Amino acid sequence: MHVAWRVFCLMGLLTCFVRRWFENQFGSPYKENHSSNDGSCLLFHSTGDVATENSVRIDPMSSAISVSNLHKTYDSGFEALKNINLDIHHGEIFALLGPNGAGKTTLISTICGIVNPTSGTILADGHDIQKEYRAARTKIGLVPQELTTDAFETVWNTVSFSRGLFGKPSKPSHVEKILKDLSLWDKKDNKIITLSGGMKRRVMIAKALSHEPEILFLDEPTAGVDVELRRDMWNVVRALRESGVTIILTTHYIEEAEQMADRIGVISKGEIILVEEKNELMRSLGKKQLRLHLQEEHSAVPDTLAKYGLELAASGSELIYSYDAHEDKTGIASLLKDLDKAGIGFNDIQTKQSSLEEIFVNLVRERK
Amino acid sequence: MNLYAIRAIYLFEMHRTWRTIMQSIISPVISTSLYFVVFGSAIGGRIPEINGVSYGAFIVPGLVMLSLLTQSISNASFGIYFPKFTGTIYELLSAPVSYFEIVIAYVGAAASKSIILGVIILATAALFVPMRIEHPFVMVLFLVLTAVTFSLFGFIIGIWADGFEKLQLVPLMIVTPLTFLGGSFYSIDMLPPFWRTVTLFNPVVYLISGFRWSFYGLSDVHIGTSLAMTLVFLIVCILIVRWMFKTGYRLKS
Repeated sequence: MHVAWRVFCLMGLLTCFVRRWFENQFGSPYKENHSSNDGSCLLFHSTGDVATENSVRIDPMSSAISVSNLHKTYDSGFEALKNINLDIHHGEIFALLGPNGAGKTTLISTICGIVNPTSGTILADGHDIQKEYRAARTKIGLVPQELTTDAFETVWNTVSFSRGLFGKPSKPSHVEKILKDLSLWDKKDNKIITLSGGMKRRVMIAKALSHEPEILFLDEPTAGVDVELRRDMWNVVRALRESGVTIILTTHYIEEAEQMADRIGVISKGEIILVEEKNELMRSLGKKQLRLHLQEEHSAVPDTLAKYGLELAASGSELIYSYDAHEDKTGIASLLKDLDKAGIGFNDIQTKQSSLEEIFVNLVRERK
Repeated sequence: MNLYAIRAIYLFEMHRTWRTIMQSIISPVISTSLYFVVFGSAIGGRIPEINGVSYGAFIVPGLVMLSLLTQSISNASFGIYFPKFTGTIYELLSAPVSYFEIVIAYVGAAASKSIILGVIILATAALFVPMRIEHPFVMVLFLVLTAVTFSLFGFIIGIWADGFEKLQLVPLMIVTPLTFLGGSFYSIDMLPPFWRTVTLFNPVVYLISGFRWSFYGLSDVHIGTSLAMTLVFLIVCILIVRWMFKTGYRLKS
């Protein structure tokens, strides 16, 4: 097999000449700016380095991914992305939320080069993903939503294959480290077809990490994954973030986004409707609720308390008051006084911040 | 040039051959051996020599071509179709490789396999029938050129196909009949004049004729014509592949 490879390499020399002729005749399909180093056919991905000098960087310090005016209309006429503008900062965990069919996967696929954009530009670490696709893609690792693996290959081979495909020389120590981090080491010689779904998910993450990407896309990484694996996975994600990797994830487990993300983007019907620091978002959109456990059950809220917009819950034994915690007057003090006047007694008080999930549902509902 | 990627894909594809050695190497060798037994020994003994070459030896180049064509097409088409089918193509599309590198790796691997196969079949043939190769250089040239051209053709089919049925359609419905009617088992001089003219529209005639010339110095059409026709087909395939990648045909939406 390796003898065949050597013979093939000799033919490769010939290929270099053919390629040069080919591209002189027809031009490069990606309009890649590499006429200057065409002769250095045997230098590994030198194209990217050359391209860096020629590229225009938009805010290079803060943007790992910069998407501007991105549109995508599929051949069927379906407009999946409408004028997307999005900047992902270096080293952050960015969570992209949105209902099914909102365009999350299309957006990720377009950035990673699997779907052609209709118009607009995307820069990955300052490199245009179309004109300098080599430099851009070398930096990106992708874990797609669906479990697609080479069923008959072993774990070790498939991860090593990915590393080679992304233009990196083989480095067994790195592959070993990834497999150990993802608890795959004892499965390294197993064929992928023999693994469970959760293990396959780990293999896909290992593949995405094989070439030491600086930007990692995780499309629904925890879909259909058990609790233990989810915890392992988030440990890996945290460790990656600490090593400086930028992480963009989509998830429909909103509590995960709430726990993990630095910033949240919400996409609905192909439009980014909101991008916000997670904490800021929780603060500005988060409503607080005050729950009062009443001493006696009430069938209706007394008219004297109508201005507070109270709700009765738990068959009349609880009174719920929603308020905005950021306003100067939350109305709590006067509510308590008025309750006293109305002769309604209570034996417990509870306050609760609305979760990201509630915020998200409200946002998407408002849009509809 | 992302040589590491070409190497990775090439070795991956060659490894697939090793894994499926029964269907990739052994079964074509067995079926070709059967042809030798049936046509070369059993029936061939009753057929007179063709231009001084025994019938058994006469069919060797045609049989090698038959395997070379079908195996190049099936190897290359399956190699690119399977990732499309399973979805692992996402990785190829998101990797820093140019379409040129993808083609080199997949087509190179498929062509390597069929060349190895062709050599094995030739060696097997030598066990059954006395053979001579008058123009070894031209023989190798035809072997390589045909393997590369038809691997490219297979690659195109693999991208075009959106189901296993289509994957089988072209090899079964077009390539096999063309090969059988392309003079694998006879010299087209044996045909009535009308059918001889019709046969000249079959591209496989030129391959087999040229290949046979390299063995025995016998050919139905001039060796230069054979070579030119093969190159024309190669260039057509290159242009189609180039168009496919440029437009993302059946690969990217």
